[in-house]
Amino acid sequence: ISSTRDTYCRHRFKHFKVASGWRLTDSMAATNQGTLFRSEVMCRSQLYLPPEAAYNCVAELGELGLVQFVDVNPDVSNFQRQFVNEVKRCEEMERKLRFIEVEVIKEDLNIDEDETEPSAPAQREMVELEQNLTTVENNLKEVNKNYVELRKSNLELTEYKCMLKQADTFLSETRISLDTDEQTNIEDDGDKREDSMKFNIVAGVLDRSRQHTFEKMLWRVSKGNVFTRFFEIQEPIEDPKSGQSLHKTIFMIFFQGEELKIRVKKICEGFHANVYLCPDKARERDELIQGMLTRLDDLNTVLNQTTEHRHRLLLAACRTLRSSYVKVRKMKAVYHILNQFSLRDAQRVLIGECWMPVSDIPAIRMAINAGAQAAGSSVTPTIERVPTTEEHPTFNRTNKYTEGFQNLIDAYGMNSYREVNPSVYTIATFPFLFAVMFGDAGHGLIMLVAALVMIIWENKLEKTMKSSEIFSIFFAGRYIVFLMSIFSIYTGLIYNDVFSKSVNIFGTHWMTNMNFTANSSHPLSLETNFMLDPKSIAQYRGNPYPFGIDPIWQTAKNKIGFLNTYKMKISLIFGVIHMTFGVMLSLWNKILKRHYHEIILEFLPQLFFFLCLFGYLILIIFIKWMLYGANYTDQYSEHCAPNLLITFINMVLFKKADVDPKLEKCHVDGFNYEIYMFPGQSGLQKFLIVYGLLMVPVMLFGKPAYKYYKMREARRRQGDAMRQDLLGNTADHEDEESIGDTMMYQAIHTIEYVLGSVSHTASYLRLWALSLAHAQLSEVLWSMVMQIALKSGGWVGAIMLYVIFAFWAVLTISILVLMEGLSAFLHTLRLHWVEFQSKFYHGDGYGFVPFSFRSVLKEAAADDKEVMKTLR
Amino acid sequence: QTCLIHFIKRYCKPNPERMALCGPKLSLCCTVLSAWGIIQLMLMGVFFYVRSVALIEDIPLEEEYDQMSKLHTDMENGYQQNAYNCWIAALLYLVTLCISVQQFWMNNKSTYRV
Repeated sequence: ISSTRDTYCRHRFKHFKVASGWRLTDSMAATNQGTLFRSEVMCRSQLYLPPEAAYNCVAELGELGLVQFVDVNPDVSNFQRQFVNEVKRCEEMERKLRFIEVEVIKEDLNIDEDETEPSAPAQREMVELEQNLTTVENNLKEVNKNYVELRKSNLELTEYKCMLKQADTFLSETRISLDTDEQTNIEDDGDKREDSMKFNIVAGVLDRSRQHTFEKMLWRVSKGNVFTRFFEIQEPIEDPKSGQSLHKTIFMIFFQGEELKIRVKKICEGFHANVYLCPDKARERDELIQGMLTRLDDLNTVLNQTTEHRHRLLLAACRTLRSSYVKVRKMKAVYHILNQFSLRDAQRVLIGECWMPVSDIPAIRMAINAGAQAAGSSVTPTIERVPTTEEHPTFNRTNKYTEGFQNLIDAYGMNSYREVNPSVYTIATFPFLFAVMFGDAGHGLIMLVAALVMIIWENKLEKTMKSSEIFSIFFAGRYIVFLMSIFSIYTGLIYNDVFSKSVNIFGTHWMTNMNFTANSSHPLSLETNFMLDPKSIAQYRGNPYPFGIDPIWQTAKNKIGFLNTYKMKISLIFGVIHMTFGVMLSLWNKILKRHYHEIILEFLPQLFFFLCLFGYLILIIFIKWMLYGANYTDQYSEHCAPNLLITFINMVLFKKADVDPKLEKCHVDGFNYEIYMFPGQSGLQKFLIVYGLLMVPVMLFGKPAYKYYKMREARRRQGDAMRQDLLGNTADHEDEESIGDTMMYQAIHTIEYVLGSVSHTASYLRLWALSLAHAQLSEVLWSMVMQIALKSGGWVGAIMLYVIFAFWAVLTISILVLMEGLSAFLHTLRLHWVEFQSKFYHGDGYGFVPFSFRSVLKEAAADDKEVMKTLR
Repeated sequence: QTCLIHFIKRYCKPNPERMALCGPKLSLCCTVLSAWGIIQLMLMGVFFYVRSVALIEDIPLEEEYDQMSKLHTDMENGYQQNAYNCWIAALLYLVTLCISVQQFWMNNKSTYRV
């Protein structure tokens, strides 16, 4: 440890570079408290804990949830670790708890949910808990066993009783035919003459499902020499082992002869029939029945008491079940962590390594000291920061509002350590780009209501959230949905679209003063179009509608053509602004990394290339908007406005456009205003293209050239000073190999950037495409569904409206809000992930996963659900 | 007589459960739908009543007209009729709202009771 520390101190202000390229100095760490703009400053430290206090300290850290432990001895197998016995004991306790839980669920008892979470218990408490659990488990097992046996006897007695009763009725009815003499016993005698008159009875109880096969078998085996009677038991009897209720039949078999008796008995055994002794005399039967009844009563009392006892046991157990679970799990987690420590210095100190955020070190120190005090240890535990070249984990401190946006970014790739965090800007740009694509105030209002419902009742809904996965996804993003809906209402008002109808708030600025006439020779058809000219004051007021699109466009046949050009242009404008912002963020990254050469060699060429081409495109859009108008004259009238797309294509291809001889008034002062908007434009365009293309080789070769130059200098200096430090050698070795790497990396990066800038700019046109699709879907839904009811006329229209509104509402929510909403969400996400983040984002960090009891318990609860599902 | 009392008790006891025609989810959906229907149909009725131009394509008109006066009367009647239709449908949704809210409370109460 000491040697690396020395080299660290020596090179701290020189060439020390952490592997990921982010340099960190102490002063920087002190001033930069955690913000969402970048991930937190993390440090690797070693914890020195006295062994008697180690458990308490780690438990305190688990409650705090700010430390991520690293395994100090990763090569040791699980069975050789320090605290493996304790972990085994915890798992055994968990198994017992689960057994008790299954029993409690079988009994349909309610398990109390603990309001307060118990903390990790002390070691002494666990011994008590262990003994308690063992006794409860043993008691339960014993009770269950007794219960099964009791039920079996109960079953047998009930069957015997039924059978006796039945036999009694039967035999008393047919007594005359059976017995010639009441006193004669139906026992086997040696007398042959009496043999032929005596009948043997075998009686018992059998499953009803086997009755027919039993009968057939008896018939075959006895060759028809038996007389059988079957009586069905009406109430189903519960089988003690399986708990199923079976239907049983009483059978009585009358036959003669000893051999038949053996055969009959064997068949009964084969069919699992319970054979009971049936006494011949009525008096004996009566006595037996009385005896049965008393025994059954006693048995029932005993059974009831057993169930009571079991119920009481389970009640007592289920009261503390949840807290026991929590305690056992916390203990197991702490021991898992303690297994990652190593015992050193003749068993006097436990050393562990961990990552922690620098700004939280005081809190962590307090927690450890509290733990050590609680354990009554006199030695204070220490935290020592250890410098390391490993990649630090990324920790973004979020609250419930920003968590959703951070998750969106993390889904693509976790921030690199201390990189610019795009999720801050996503909070504003994501809902905005969504709203540009969604653009309907009515649907936005529906989304707003849904989002508000989820937000206002978020405490209540959080508990029921675990049931459905889809709902939990929507719930987790409720603040995103809230912002998206507010922005959608705004863009809906701008596009003037409320459920596909426009609202006329300020009064339209277009007027028609036509006198329409109709007579039989020239009927007025509602399909005729009338063109309004914005040049005439009689038809257009001259200044536009104050906010949004004029409502008259809803009735216009060329509404789509007009809105298309507007939406396409603003899509490009938003796209270029968004991407330029992304490139500017890369500047900030470079300043952080202190790669100042990259600013000149990478950032500036990228920026200039992009702005020269696409920034100029935006510029000419604005110029065209400002210069040309319907009521302007001469060269600035609308006939002379040049096509921007043609202009741009001709600019890149260095082509000169053809002059149109028909547009006379556009040729003023020898300048063709239908091709160029302002004098000097062709010269400017040529310059911009050349300058932009010149930036490409700078991007390609700039950084490798700089690296080569620096390498040569370092080698020269090395030859002079004869340095021998490790770092110098490795740096040199690195640089030599990395020229080729850098070249390749730069080539890929440049090609990706240059070609990507064209495709990404065009990709932003999806803002136009989706808003068009949404508007058209909305209009089709209204005109195909609602208009059926509205155009039907008469009073029946009210009933139709009542029914059809329901259909329209369901279709609106399912197609326009859910489907289109998800689609716009997806496209916005793609715009952020690909078009925006490819300009600056590295995103190859890994997340900071602190040891916290909250996450341990959450995982365990999910596991529980799975296990319970299989056990049911 | 005891038989009669028994019979009446058995007949009347499941009555509270019998009132729950639809489950909790359906009644919640109907409540939301009815509330939305009332608000939107009231507003649509108001817009038809003030002869809003945006709704001109939603009134029943013929393809061709020989006389302007007929077009005027058709438009007036169409707007008026649609306004009344919207308000009547809104009233019907009010009734539906009452029923579904009552169903919803019925369902909630029965879950508490059990």
